[in-house]
Formats: sequence, C-alpha cells, structure tokens
Amino acid sequence: MKPYIREQKQFGLDTIPEDTCFEAGYLVTVNAGWRSIRPVVAADKCIGCGQCYLYCPDGVISLQDGKAVIDYDFCKGCGICEKICRPGAIGMEAERK
Amino acid sequence: MTKKFLSGDEAFAEGVRLARPEVISAYPITPQTIVVERLSEMVEDTSLDAEFIHVESEHSALSCAIGASAAGVRTFTATSSQGLLYMAEGLVYASGGRFPIVMMNANRSTALPWNIYGDQRDSLALLDTGWIQAYAENAQEALDLALMSYYIAEHRDVSTPFMVNLDGFILTHTYEEVEVPEQAQADAFLPHYETDNCFDFDNPKNMAFSAGPDTNYLFKYKEHAAMLRAVPVIREAEEKFAAVFGRQYPGLIDTYRTEDAEIILITLGTIAGLAREVADSLRAQGTKAGVVRLRYLRPFPGKELAQAVKSASALAVLEKDISFGAAGTVYTNVTSALQANGVTAPVYNFIGGLGGRNISRADIEAVFAKTASGTQQVNFIGIEVENA
Amino acid sequence: MSISAKTLDTNEYFYGHKACAGCGGSLAVRAALKVLGERTVAVLPAGCMSAVGFNFPQLCFANNAIISMFAGTASMLTGVEAGLRRRGITDFHAVGFAGDGGTADIGIQALSGAIDRGDDILYICYDNEAYMNTGIQKSGLTPYGARTTTTPAGEHIHGNLRPKKNMFEIVAAHGIPYAATATVGYLPDFLAKVEKASKIKGPKYIHVIAPCPTGWGIPVSDTVEAAKEIADCGLWYLAEYENGSFRLNRDPKEFTSAEDYLRRQSRFRHLTDEDIRVIIESRDKKWEYIRKNWKQ
Repeated sequence: MKPYIREQKQFGLDTIPEDTCFEAGYLVTVNAGWRSIRPVVAADKCIGCGQCYLYCPDGVISLQDGKAVIDYDFCKGCGICEKICRPGAIGMEAERK
Repeated sequence: MTKKFLSGDEAFAEGVRLARPEVISAYPITPQTIVVERLSEMVEDTSLDAEFIHVESEHSALSCAIGASAAGVRTFTATSSQGLLYMAEGLVYASGGRFPIVMMNANRSTALPWNIYGDQRDSLALLDTGWIQAYAENAQEALDLALMSYYIAEHRDVSTPFMVNLDGFILTHTYEEVEVPEQAQADAFLPHYETDNCFDFDNPKNMAFSAGPDTNYLFKYKEHAAMLRAVPVIREAEEKFAAVFGRQYPGLIDTYRTEDAEIILITLGTIAGLAREVADSLRAQGTKAGVVRLRYLRPFPGKELAQAVKSASALAVLEKDISFGAAGTVYTNVTSALQANGVTAPVYNFIGGLGGRNISRADIEAVFAKTASGTQQVNFIGIEVENA
Repeated sequence: MSISAKTLDTNEYFYGHKACAGCGGSLAVRAALKVLGERTVAVLPAGCMSAVGFNFPQLCFANNAIISMFAGTASMLTGVEAGLRRRGITDFHAVGFAGDGGTADIGIQALSGAIDRGDDILYICYDNEAYMNTGIQKSGLTPYGARTTTTPAGEHIHGNLRPKKNMFEIVAAHGIPYAATATVGYLPDFLAKVEKASKIKGPKYIHVIAPCPTGWGIPVSDTVEAAKEIADCGLWYLAEYENGSFRLNRDPKEFTSAEDYLRRQSRFRHLTDEDIRVIIESRDKKWEYIRKNWKQ
C-alpha cells in the first residue's frame, strides 16, 4: 500500500472538495522528470540486504524476489542508494532523454 | 426550564453546557474568564462531559480546537481582545478549513493604551476572517446564541466557524434573570455533530492542505457561498428554536419601530436597549424615530437592512469601533450595503463607547438630533471637532 | 523485535512528495511512519514537509495527515488526540513532524504546553539546522559558525554566532516520559526509538538530525553519510531520557575528524582554523559533561 497516481487530475468548482479534506495518498504527477542520473541495479550483485530500500528518502525501492527494484516514476536520482550499497550492486547512469 | 440569575458569561456557559461540546480549549482573559471558570466547574461536577484542555495561549486554544474539530468532534473556545488578536492566524485557518468551531468573544478594547473595558474593536477588526459573527444584546440571547451557533455552524450547508460576541462587562458581567432550558430540550433542538470533514481510519484523509493558483480561488468562492447559505440556515435555526423553546428571534437584524420611522439609528450589542428607550421618548415628542440592531455582521444583512430603513430620511450608525483614517467598520459595511440596495438617505457615523466609555441617554439623543439636522460623516461622541 | 530493513512495514506512507532529491527530512518522516503504521494521524506545521507533501490534488500521505499552523504542531496534536479519544478511538498514534524552526523557535511554547499537560502525543523534530523551506535562514538550531542567508559569512562575522539551542535537555527538563536524539544516518537506532516511544503513554519527543543537501552544501547523495558523520565526529550524540535520567546510547572511543565533517559542507567552508578550534573545544566540553553525568 502506498499513494498512487489517480485518473482525475483536474479539479473545478464542482469537483473540488467543499472543505480542505480529501482522500489521502492521491497523486496526479510523477517525479521522474527530476532526474539527470538514474540508479540501475545489477541483479547478479544484489544480495537483497534492503539497505537501499531502508535509506531511500522517496521510498521508491522495494525488494522483489530478494532483489532491489526501483520505481522510476518517483525516483529523483539522488544516488543515496548507490552510496549505501555495500556490494556495489547499484550504479548511477546518465538519464537518456 | 429553570430561571436563574446569571451574568452574560454565566448564561453563555450554561448554553455551552447544553450544547455538549466534546473538547473545550481556552486560555483566560478578562472579561471572558467567567465562562471558562464555569465550564471547568461543570466538567469537575460532571454536569458537562467534555475534555477541558488547559492550553498555554490563545493561539494554542484555537489550534487545539481545530485539531479536535478535524478529529470530528464538537469544540468550544472563548477569548477576548488581545487574545482574539493573538489567535487571528487561527481564525482564517478554521474558516478556510471549514471547521465549525464556536467561540465566545467578550468584546473588549484593544491596546494601546491598555484597557480591559468593552468596545467592539477586537471582533470588528476580524470581520474578514470568514467567521460568522453575531452580537448578543442580553444574557438570555447569549445563552440562546450558544445553542443556535452550533446548529448554524455545523449545518451541512454552512460548515463555518461561529463567533458570538458579548459586550465586555456590560453584558459579560451584568446579572439578569435567564431561562435555562432542560438538557432534553437542548438535545431536541441541537443534533449530534456529524461530519465528513475529519480523519477516518477506514478512508484516510489529508487535511488542511495547500492549493495553488489553479484551485485556490475555488475554495475561497466556496467559503463565501457557504457564508451566504448561512442566511436561510439562521432562519431555519430560529424557527426550530422557537418551536422547542418558545422564543422567536428576528433573524439577522432586530428592528424597533422602523416601519414609519424618519430617523433610524443602526447599532449593535447592548446599547440597542437604551437606543430604543430614546426612540420611544422622541416619538412621544413627535419625532418618528426607530432603531435597528444588527444581530449578525457576517453574513451581512444588507438586503434586510435596506428593507428596514426604506422610510427613513436620515440614518445614524452608532458603533464602538473606528477604522483609523476611514470610518467605523460597521458604518462602512452599512453604507456600502445601503448604496447597493438603492437607499439614498444620508448616513452619519457616531463613534462611541471606546475603551468602555459610557454612552449616555443624552449622547443618543444628540445622535438622533444631529442625524435629523445633518452633520459631518464621522462623529466622535464627546469630541466636538469638525471633520473628525 | 529489533527493526531492520527486513522487519519494517513494506507499506509506504509518504510517497510521491516533492522534497528535493536526497532530503533528510523526508527520509525521517517516511521511516518513522513505517514504524507507526496506518493508524497514525500525522500533524505537520508549515515547513518543508508540509510544503512538499500536501499540494492539492497531490496529497502524499497514505495515512491521516494534516498541516497545522507553524506555531501549532503540538497544540493541534493535543486537539487531535483528545478529539479522537472522545470518539472512542484509542488504538492510534498522534505524531507531529516539525522542523528545527517549528520546534525550537516558533513552536516551543506549544510544545512545552503539550508536554506539561502530559498529552499522549509523539513529537518528532527533524532538524536540518535552518529554515530551509524559506531559503536557508538561521534558526535556533543552526550550529555555531554555519553560514545561512541571514547569517552571512564575511570579513566581519563568520556565519552564525550562537550554538544550537539544547532542545533535548530543554524537553527533558519538563520531566517528559521519554525523549531521545537520533540521526537519519543511523536509521535502525532512530526507528527503534520511534517504536519505543510509540508504546509509552504521555508525551514523547525525538530529535532527529536530518541533513538538507541544499542548505548544508553537500551533494544530494551524501545526506546519509553526513548524518552518520555528525554523530561519529561528536558534533551530535545519540541519547535517551527516560524515568528521569539520561543515557548515552553510543560512546565512540575515538571521534572521526570534526574538521573534515565541517570542511565538506559549503555552509562551513569559510571557517578559520580558530573557528574550528572553538567548535571542537565546545564539543569536548559537552562530551566531558555527558560522560560524567549520563548513564551509558
């Protein structure tokens, strides 16, 4: 469970809430465009320790089948995961436009 | 129903008790203190089942009330003067978030110079903060407004915070015989507070958020529209109140002998009683005088007021307030509404009662006389200078 | 059960937010919420985390959350806790996440009031050592010597002239049931403290160092390293206050170089050798006091 992208992105007079109270975890935009570099996980080197998952400020790394997987929709490319990764399984690569 | 001899503050506290708020957060300030003292005693003697939170400032009092309202419960706070100004940030917060908090404000002068006595500069300075503002004339109305304020504020069409104003000392500390309803009557009048504007663990909410230029104006429009919808809800509340308690209130304004009046004095709060007495004696002497008491300043009773004064050839606005460099704020509101509604009679502003200065019968007689003969736009009672 | 990457709640409660890349504050909030779980109401004052997480319709908290007035984190927590309790709800956490300015400056009165009342709330101060949301102005928790936009470093004045306000001990002086210091550089320690606090009735306070790459002048990838180093070099300490006494959680046999820690950050780049000597002297004095007076 986590906040996720919703279909309705625009709101007008008839669709905004009456008060300042709205559904929690309602996302309309991604953060992918922020990156100039992206972390890439070398699955063969990843030992699934989860340190990258633990220390990611954006929470975009999860462990799937024991390997780190990155949600590139919301990764900002800070590189904390690369630095924290002891086996050196994460490398930063230039973002291709 | 029992009859009790109560001050305005005590009567209001009785009304709050009958409204069964769940969370009360308040900080003491003269002349509001008696309200919070009585409520504390009611919590202690279990006649009121509420959390009484001893906050460390007025800012925290309203902040706490907003938090409790966001948790979905009925809340109450009370303050006065500097305390009201200290919580000013919270006023716009509560109204913008549409939290139907009820607050009693004991109208008191604002420093400097320091002064604890009654005038209306505190609440009138905050007319633009999005709160419904009512002004009580006597202790019975204060108690009744405590109950009606929750009905109106919490109504689904309104969902807007409500400030009930009592003239400091003149009303807060003056004892009168008051009918105190039974709890069963109050419960028959005021439903339990139900809202969706609160946290929910099954469907979590993000609240009190930011809204940029693309939607911000829509939220502000809705706030305005909700305040306007309070007008019919006030009528509905008063009708239901009359059915349960047998006392009918007259809506946004309280008119006295205005039907054929040539000179009408428009005012608010406790001074209306003396103004009516003066109007009676003027009528005995052949002058057709009338009085309008503004019970609500927000929503502003523009149409109702224009209708009530249509026979008048001259009008006076008497208020305990001055917006320095302009005129009294009530006057500005009144003249704007009258102009918009086609009333062309001249309107004169009389500023009195600042810092608790007494407004005498002679003062009000002079207000009527000057209004009849014509005078300058803004007049300070007790100061005879031109172009005030 | 000790908290680790393996045992942590896999749900993400703070996601899709617009915090800068490498933001230490968002890491603190995200991590703490994973310990506290879905039955949590988070109160955040005006500041970075509310600015980046609550822009309608982009609402980034999966749990109940609300922005409070800047000075009102603790007072709103009081109201939230009391209101929910009145509704008969008891199994929830009321947590506040306020920055250093929101805690040590404008919010300290409300925080003191809430602790004094004994309200059942958890207050987490994420300390990035300046008003970062408004553009790096000095707060009461800006360290000695730091350059901010309101403590410029020039020929006459070398940045901030005052040491950090001692929030941890100020809070402890209230006789609070639980207070702790932490850093996002040592997350398992921070998370264990959040978990411990969540099981204690009454007011709890955790002060967590959360570097701001923008304000500190470090690469965005270095947030966690800087947050480790500040504790390793002795300019921060990991401690708890409980049952009326202080306990030092970690007593490094040897500090790493404080000078290296400072010189790596552009906010300290102007410091002279004498400035650094003053900082190290003040560090050593503090540690002498801690080692003498606090349990280990």
